[in-house]
Amino acid sequence: MLAAVTSLTVLGAALGLGLGIAARRFHVEPEEIVAELEALLPGSQCGQCGFPGCAGAAQALADGKAPVTLCPPGGKSVAQALAEKLGVSADLSALGESVPMFATVREELCIGCTKCFKACPTDAIHGAVKQIHAVLKEACTGCAKCVDSCPTEAVGLVPVPATLTTWTWHKPGHA
Amino acid sequence: MSTLPHPNHAPHAHSGVKVSRIMATVMLALTPATLFGFTLFGWPSILLWLVTVGACLVLEVACLRLAGRGGPKTLWDGSALLAGWLLAMTLPPFAPWWIGVLGAVATIVVAKHAYGGLGQNPFNPAMVGRVALLISFPLPMTTWVQPAPLFAAGSPSLIDSLHIIFSGTAVPDALTSATLLGHVKTEATRGVDALHAVMSLGADGSGLGWHAGSLGETGSLLVLAGGLFLLARRIITWHIPTSLLAGLALPAAIGHAVAPELYLSAGAHLTAGAAMLGAFFIATDLVTSPATSAGRLIFGFGCGLLTWVIRTFAGFPEGLAFAVLLMNAGVPLIDRYTRPRIYGHGQPAKAG
Amino acid sequence: MLAVATLPAWLQRSLIRWGVHPDDHKRPVADLPVERLPLPARLFLPLQQHVGAPARPVVKIGDPVLKGQLLAESAANISAPVHASTSGRIVDITTYPAPHPSGLEQPVMVLEPDGEDRWIDTSPPTDPFSLPPAEIGRIVSAAGVVGMGGATFPSAVKLALGLRVQVEILIVNGGECEPYLSCDDRLMRDDAEGVVDGIRLALHAIGAQEARVGIENNKPEAIAAMQQAAAPFPEVRIMPVPAQYPMGSDKQLIQVLTGREVPFDGRAADAGVLVHNVGTCHAIHQAVRLGRPLVERLVTVSGGAVERPRNLVAPIGATAQDLFDYCGGLASAPARVIMGGPMMGNPLATTASPVIKGTSGLLALTQEEVGEDDRAGPCIRCASCVSACPMNLLPLEMAAHIRSDDPDGAFHLGLNDCIGCGCCSYVCPSAIPLSHYFSYAKGALAANERSKLKSESIKKLTAARLERQEREAREKAEAAARRKAEREAAKARAAAQANAVTTKAATVDANA
Repeated sequence: MLAAVTSLTVLGAALGLGLGIAARRFHVEPEEIVAELEALLPGSQCGQCGFPGCAGAAQALADGKAPVTLCPPGGKSVAQALAEKLGVSADLSALGESVPMFATVREELCIGCTKCFKACPTDAIHGAVKQIHAVLKEACTGCAKCVDSCPTEAVGLVPVPATLTTWTWHKPGHA
Repeated sequence: MSTLPHPNHAPHAHSGVKVSRIMATVMLALTPATLFGFTLFGWPSILLWLVTVGACLVLEVACLRLAGRGGPKTLWDGSALLAGWLLAMTLPPFAPWWIGVLGAVATIVVAKHAYGGLGQNPFNPAMVGRVALLISFPLPMTTWVQPAPLFAAGSPSLIDSLHIIFSGTAVPDALTSATLLGHVKTEATRGVDALHAVMSLGADGSGLGWHAGSLGETGSLLVLAGGLFLLARRIITWHIPTSLLAGLALPAAIGHAVAPELYLSAGAHLTAGAAMLGAFFIATDLVTSPATSAGRLIFGFGCGLLTWVIRTFAGFPEGLAFAVLLMNAGVPLIDRYTRPRIYGHGQPAKAG
Repeated sequence: MLAVATLPAWLQRSLIRWGVHPDDHKRPVADLPVERLPLPARLFLPLQQHVGAPARPVVKIGDPVLKGQLLAESAANISAPVHASTSGRIVDITTYPAPHPSGLEQPVMVLEPDGEDRWIDTSPPTDPFSLPPAEIGRIVSAAGVVGMGGATFPSAVKLALGLRVQVEILIVNGGECEPYLSCDDRLMRDDAEGVVDGIRLALHAIGAQEARVGIENNKPEAIAAMQQAAAPFPEVRIMPVPAQYPMGSDKQLIQVLTGREVPFDGRAADAGVLVHNVGTCHAIHQAVRLGRPLVERLVTVSGGAVERPRNLVAPIGATAQDLFDYCGGLASAPARVIMGGPMMGNPLATTASPVIKGTSGLLALTQEEVGEDDRAGPCIRCASCVSACPMNLLPLEMAAHIRSDDPDGAFHLGLNDCIGCGCCSYVCPSAIPLSHYFSYAKGALAANERSKLKSESIKKLTAARLERQEREAREKAEAAARRKAEREAAKARAAAQANAVTTKAATVDANA
């Protein structure tokens, strides 16, 4: 009886101690994980996720307040990287429907006010005062900041057109 | 022509082999042995077969409905019919109707649809059905009868048979008998050694089938013929039957050579019980066997070896069902470790 | 490893443990004489008919051109020029539906034939074998020859690679394992001398000692013709191989003819071999001996929906509709119109798409030929796909991963080794579109890779912008500080001056 009680107590104590040490030893500072998550995000501070910049989004992710699919410009690859980092399974189906977009300037409406290219977080819009602005497709994340800043509604988002090199087969059974 | 939103991917041709055709071929291969069993055991066996298969079909429809995947096409892939057929092949031919029905429940509902239906089940449905019955109802599942051919004197008439199957009339004592494996097991508990036990049963070469047993057990030679037909039609590959029979025959031969009074001969093992049915029709079940050739060899050998071990050392006279289920559990692991070498991987480029 | 093709024929079949045997549907088309497509009203010449960078136009709209004249030049290391398929006038440079399942448009030059079909002046070398090997490569490059089996990789790039890494064996692919197609068969029967000459030129260009020509044994006439043509040249070995799909895949043919395997992370040259299609060899012959660039090719027009199926010599740029029309039109509404063979060919979104250098066949298949359009059933793990896969993959497991949105899982099972031959889909009794799953997953992984690259470049841009903004702010602050300091210094100076003035005044006063 005594032997049983003693051995169980010792065993419990030893295992508890082990767990305690492991928790200390492998503890990840919350700040670290936030920083790591932020490093995975595009960093364009576009705010499409609804959080204040990528740091805010990383904090929300770490707190479990946001899904890994929160970043529209990041797309699937970022969602997957985030899911891996957080050790959760990503439900990518939500992303499947969002088509990547990019900004275009309608030349007949543009007055060359430069507001959009000041708003652009990736310097994707070029132009000068009183000149029509143009968008570099490769640098545009489709964050829509420019759309909101344009006084004449000359900037709009259009889906990135498929080309022969970017076209891919659809998923079978999801026709 | 207009632009297609979702073009058809290649290949634009198909071999024409479909699941329903595979199932139909397997059933065709089972037919001779089944008909032989029917003539051997008469009306009761026919009625029990009908009850079992019918129950499987009804339950399949019910499960598909429940799962919202109805449609006659899924039913007529034939998988339920085949599972029921295989189950019926392993039952004592005079067993009461509820044995067939409960076996069908275990086979279709528990072993197949609880896991998600065709292709998802890790365990062989017919064997789950048989094992569930054997454990739950040992008496009716081990009450065997002597062959009583249709229309022969002393064989039960259709009316008698209806009574035997549906209203629990006891099988006439004059008809009961034991299977070879069962007899040897019983005699061993009385201290009679295997050699004398075999002789006292008076079993001629049991492959010819004139002895007690299930439908699949008595027509071993016809089952073998059906199996060879499946091999020829390339429905199954040689790996599992060969390795299973080897896994059973090798230890049996060694044991018999060392101590013939304790261990049955390899020939007896191969022809008795469900060895042939198991080797060609049960263990080769596509869904629950490994996908690679090497895996199939391991799987088959394991099934054979375990069958011999269970037959020889365990409490049950026949162990194939248990052996197959045990090996089923190992299939994902076997598949994991027998992945074939992919072309161009792990080999020096220049060798020829 | 054993070179299966060197063994007796009866052994070969049983030693090849992969592949399928689709009905070949090659005859009677393969036995009909080749006909020449009359010049259509317009030719649509895509600037990209090859793997690599699109060609860059060197003629303008309105320019008259001769047959074989350079229209667009090679624009990069891996690229190929485009030549006029006949004489006429360039009437437009625009976009036009590509011969591609998407039906997306691509840049093309539109050539209006003048009907004279007049060649440019050609000046072929008198004895190409006296030229340095690299010179052959240059001629082939200038002639715009690309892999004509469908891969469309620029041939000259391959020749240059072969010369650089010293390959030992030139593999010539006369497998033509795709059902229906018989253009290579016809070519070998009708101009075996030309093909063999092309093979010898390619050997010269890469400095290899031996060529092995693999021809499926369902083409006995082609084998006989080639054997006769190659008889004087012991370095060209004609090797019949079993008719087993996908024998005409580079990797499988190399394995059967040499026993070697192409390493998964390398090229055929890493196994000491180089593969060229018989059509490509013929094009090399034409380019070097006759000075003629690649402007036309043999195309098999077949399928149950075609009224008079046959092999046609068609100018590059003729539309699929032109070819079907010449063959009597479509007898019935086809279930699918395909460019290439039925096992790997792509459906055409529109028959307006042009024939390009890699077009081996145009098929209009009936529903009966395609098979019923069954909805995919559940996988019953029959492993037919495993036995059929020529790469030794586990298609059933890869597809299961992809189905549950885990293309990475499929990648770890060898998705990138999949050659897309379609054997798995062909045999699947549950009609699971395995091959389609793999194309989808490869596309998804590539798209992922692209978006990752874009993410990274955007991150850089953002960082650069932030840095710039900080710098600007700092500079502004510094400038402001400087101005402030200047102002204060000025003030101080002014004050000091005033002080000095007063002091001076005081001194003066004192002195006074």
